[in-house]
Amino acid sequence: MSGEDTVEVAAATPDVAQPFKELGLTGDEYQKIRDILGRRPTAAELALYSVMWSEHCSYKSSKVHLRNLAPNDDQSQYLLAGIGANAGVVDIGQGYAVTFKIESHNHPSFVEPHQGAATGIGGIVRDILAMGARPVAVMDALRFGPAGAHDTARVLPGVVSGISFYGNCLGLPNIGGELAFDPSYSGNPLVNALCVGVMRHDDLKAAVATGPGNKVILFGSRTGPDGVGGASVLASATFGEDGGKSAKRPSVQVGDPFMEKLLVECCLELYAADLVEGIQDLGAAGVACATTELSAGGDGGMFVDMDAIPLRDPNLTPAEILMSESQERMMAVVKPERVAAFMGICRKWDVEATVIGEVTGDGLLTMTWRGGTVVNIPPRTAADGPVYQRPFTRPDALDALQADGPERLPRADGGAALRDTLLRLLGSPGLADKRWVTRQYDSLVRGNTVLAMPDDGGLVRVAEETGLGIALATDGNGRYCTLDPYQGTQLALAEAYRNVAMTGAVPVAVTNCLNFGSPEDPAVMWQLAEAVRGLADGCKHLGIPVTGGNVSLYNQTGATAIHPTPVIGVLGVHDDVRKRLGAGFAAEGAEVVLLGTTGDEFGGSAWAEVAHQHLGGRPPAVDLDAERRLATLIVAAASGGVLASAHDLSDGGLAIALAEACLHGGRGCTVALQGDSFTALFSESASRALVSVVPGREKEFAALSVEHGVPATVLGITGGDTLTVVGTFAVPLTELGQTWEATLPAIFG
Amino acid sequence: MRIGVVTFPGSLDDTDAARAVRYAGAEPARLWHADRDLRGVDAVILPGGFSYGDYLRCGAIARFSPVMAELVPAARAGLPVLGICNGFQILCEAHLLPGALTRNTGLRFIHANVRLTVSNVRTPWTGGFTGGELLTVPVKNGEGAFVADEPTLDELERSGRVVVRYADGAPNGSARDIAGICNAEGNVFGLMPHPEHAIDPLTGPSSDGLGFFTSLVNAFGRVGAPA
Repeated sequence: MSGEDTVEVAAATPDVAQPFKELGLTGDEYQKIRDILGRRPTAAELALYSVMWSEHCSYKSSKVHLRNLAPNDDQSQYLLAGIGANAGVVDIGQGYAVTFKIESHNHPSFVEPHQGAATGIGGIVRDILAMGARPVAVMDALRFGPAGAHDTARVLPGVVSGISFYGNCLGLPNIGGELAFDPSYSGNPLVNALCVGVMRHDDLKAAVATGPGNKVILFGSRTGPDGVGGASVLASATFGEDGGKSAKRPSVQVGDPFMEKLLVECCLELYAADLVEGIQDLGAAGVACATTELSAGGDGGMFVDMDAIPLRDPNLTPAEILMSESQERMMAVVKPERVAAFMGICRKWDVEATVIGEVTGDGLLTMTWRGGTVVNIPPRTAADGPVYQRPFTRPDALDALQADGPERLPRADGGAALRDTLLRLLGSPGLADKRWVTRQYDSLVRGNTVLAMPDDGGLVRVAEETGLGIALATDGNGRYCTLDPYQGTQLALAEAYRNVAMTGAVPVAVTNCLNFGSPEDPAVMWQLAEAVRGLADGCKHLGIPVTGGNVSLYNQTGATAIHPTPVIGVLGVHDDVRKRLGAGFAAEGAEVVLLGTTGDEFGGSAWAEVAHQHLGGRPPAVDLDAERRLATLIVAAASGGVLASAHDLSDGGLAIALAEACLHGGRGCTVALQGDSFTALFSESASRALVSVVPGREKEFAALSVEHGVPATVLGITGGDTLTVVGTFAVPLTELGQTWEATLPAIFG
Repeated sequence: MRIGVVTFPGSLDDTDAARAVRYAGAEPARLWHADRDLRGVDAVILPGGFSYGDYLRCGAIARFSPVMAELVPAARAGLPVLGICNGFQILCEAHLLPGALTRNTGLRFIHANVRLTVSNVRTPWTGGFTGGELLTVPVKNGEGAFVADEPTLDELERSGRVVVRYADGAPNGSARDIAGICNAEGNVFGLMPHPEHAIDPLTGPSSDGLGFFTSLVNAFGRVGAPA
């Protein structure tokens, strides 16, 4: 074929073989496209459908389950916009609204860790920007293979340097996240990035192209050959046994955080001047996605002159231009009389902006290139995509896994052995000091960070005058979810909810990043369905909405899937950040109190993993009512100024919480335990927290605990320079600190 | 008193510098890199960030900004100028201060709280401190290792132009643990740590950094506005 594959050519040559398989489409899907169009698609149309119908963009396997997450009336009270828009928007009072979302960049980060992770930050920031919000903070939830594994030494430093490079240069504080290690992530690390933005209620922007005659403007970086097929061939397919790193490297995007910073400031100035009718970020599937979604969300059609799109490489074909995932680009719909003012602001920020088309009234997305029509489709057919009812079945091996409980594992007995267990856990990579990572992140820029790692949640001031702020935490536990995805997901939700409450904030909304293996494996689909069901039930029980999320499938190498790993982000509202609580023991001579009930729960625990490399049994029980009572108590106590610190109990149980509270506060404590010391120290029962009470306020706090129905056990008192468990063991803070701090630097240099 | 804060493309801590000015009781005035205009301010802060994406070299492009064409002669004529982090890099590139900032010895970005010793309290930016005073202030940079040739370093030491020093050793390989220096007249001062992020214990490790800004405001109060 000499010329370009236009609509006319396609109609005249129905039998031309097309590379739909290479683009990630099935035969059925290809036939469906032909049926929709009444002819074969052009090369450009095929590219467009292939990325829009990819798992990554269309959620075709997960959609039937995600419907369960739609909030009910009770959950919707704080919402300004729900699922479907770029990200949900939460009303936090005083005229402010917040939007937040977490997204995966798992496959790119394995293929090229630095750029893969960097562009993960860039993408989620644009997502928030497109809502009309100023991005104010980021977080990163990271999961890798074993810390000592050869490939982790390649992937982890690259991912961290990418997040550091992009986030720091962009000027967004990194206020927390997670770092976990497990062999299941060896060939498939999880890099989940969260961004939160703040706006005034009136500033909410829509991703729609309305009003025929309005201009479509592409602005930001030029379109290049990077990231072509990122959504389809990279993100929506399984890595082969060889890892497929080199073959898929060209599908990874390359980030320019400086351009993104200009784009952020430019967009915010455009919004302030009210020059934008609709806006969309360009992320996965680039121009294809932005034009399709803008026109599908609007009431008309759209015409695009592809020759007007500024290119970095003039040799790109229309298909490549549509599929390119070049970073730092946005698309806006602007009234004709406002285009000049729009261009003026772009010039001020040195951002290239080009009118590439306009909104039409014919209901079609039409694109021309070098004189021929290369795309002519009803945009909703591409935007909506197929929906699959994938078969799902409970994995056969699960019964045996759950039957193999931790009860059979030998437990430490006696002071010396318990002490040794504490230090072994504290020095294990998953629980050790994370500063090797967080020292590379700027957590201070913008000057509103009140809490950041290693505190339980990040806390950012929104209004300097009133102290209004927002708290955020992410949590996930693939081990728990492997044992029971329903319960494991609720445990992740409960932990993030608890972490937010520990700062003194009221949890109000949820986002999620669902990281799973191949949806074509019925066992994986069952895990996904169970996780979503657990999340939906949990959120309804807690009365807080899921405001958005992201699904990442095909996280597996060959036939081996990762642990099912839903990562749950919870947003909280803090009335007055000056009353925030940190995790560390902040006062001398303060009463140390354990809140909640401790059972003998070791299934999937950090102890089972570190001491015995064991995974089996059942995860800890979930009691969301207890979780809510605990959160309400902490918020009330923080507001009343009764507490000096609050730290949630999670991996490693009370022992790790005590050690961290001592290390973060630079202060020891003396505590006495009731019942079996091993269980008291290392059980991972949920709905628990370790608090220290402001001296003189003990009775008040005890009364508050009773009032809120939270069991409170006085353990001891803060002070001194050892962590002393009466009658059991004592560890000097220096030894605790050395054990905790040495691990990651010893591995990663 | 009005203190200008310059925003270059890629400046990040400009809002924070303006907030510190406000906390110190002065009025911040926002200056734009493309304007050849200092708007009659009484002092100027070049804030932290990644001006021009740190392309070429940190600060190497910013020094050619139109606003710098106004700032350099004004600084030479005595206008108080503070460069923080990227601002310090720009002051070195503009030759208002000697030496250069190079990649941290560990080759990684470092964010940490450090202790600084104030070793020169005769500048308008440090007059409120006492000699040898210890401050806790954050550093956050990838290219914060101060370098200069030996005679320059000796001269800086001899003339008391090392204004602040890392008290516990430089985290980034800075020569002689130098954290910040001033020009011969003392009005131009650059440092890698971020005093504007230590103005309130709520959002930083201490309020020790506020002293740099209040020093200037108090010095201005004593001297009064130039005619």
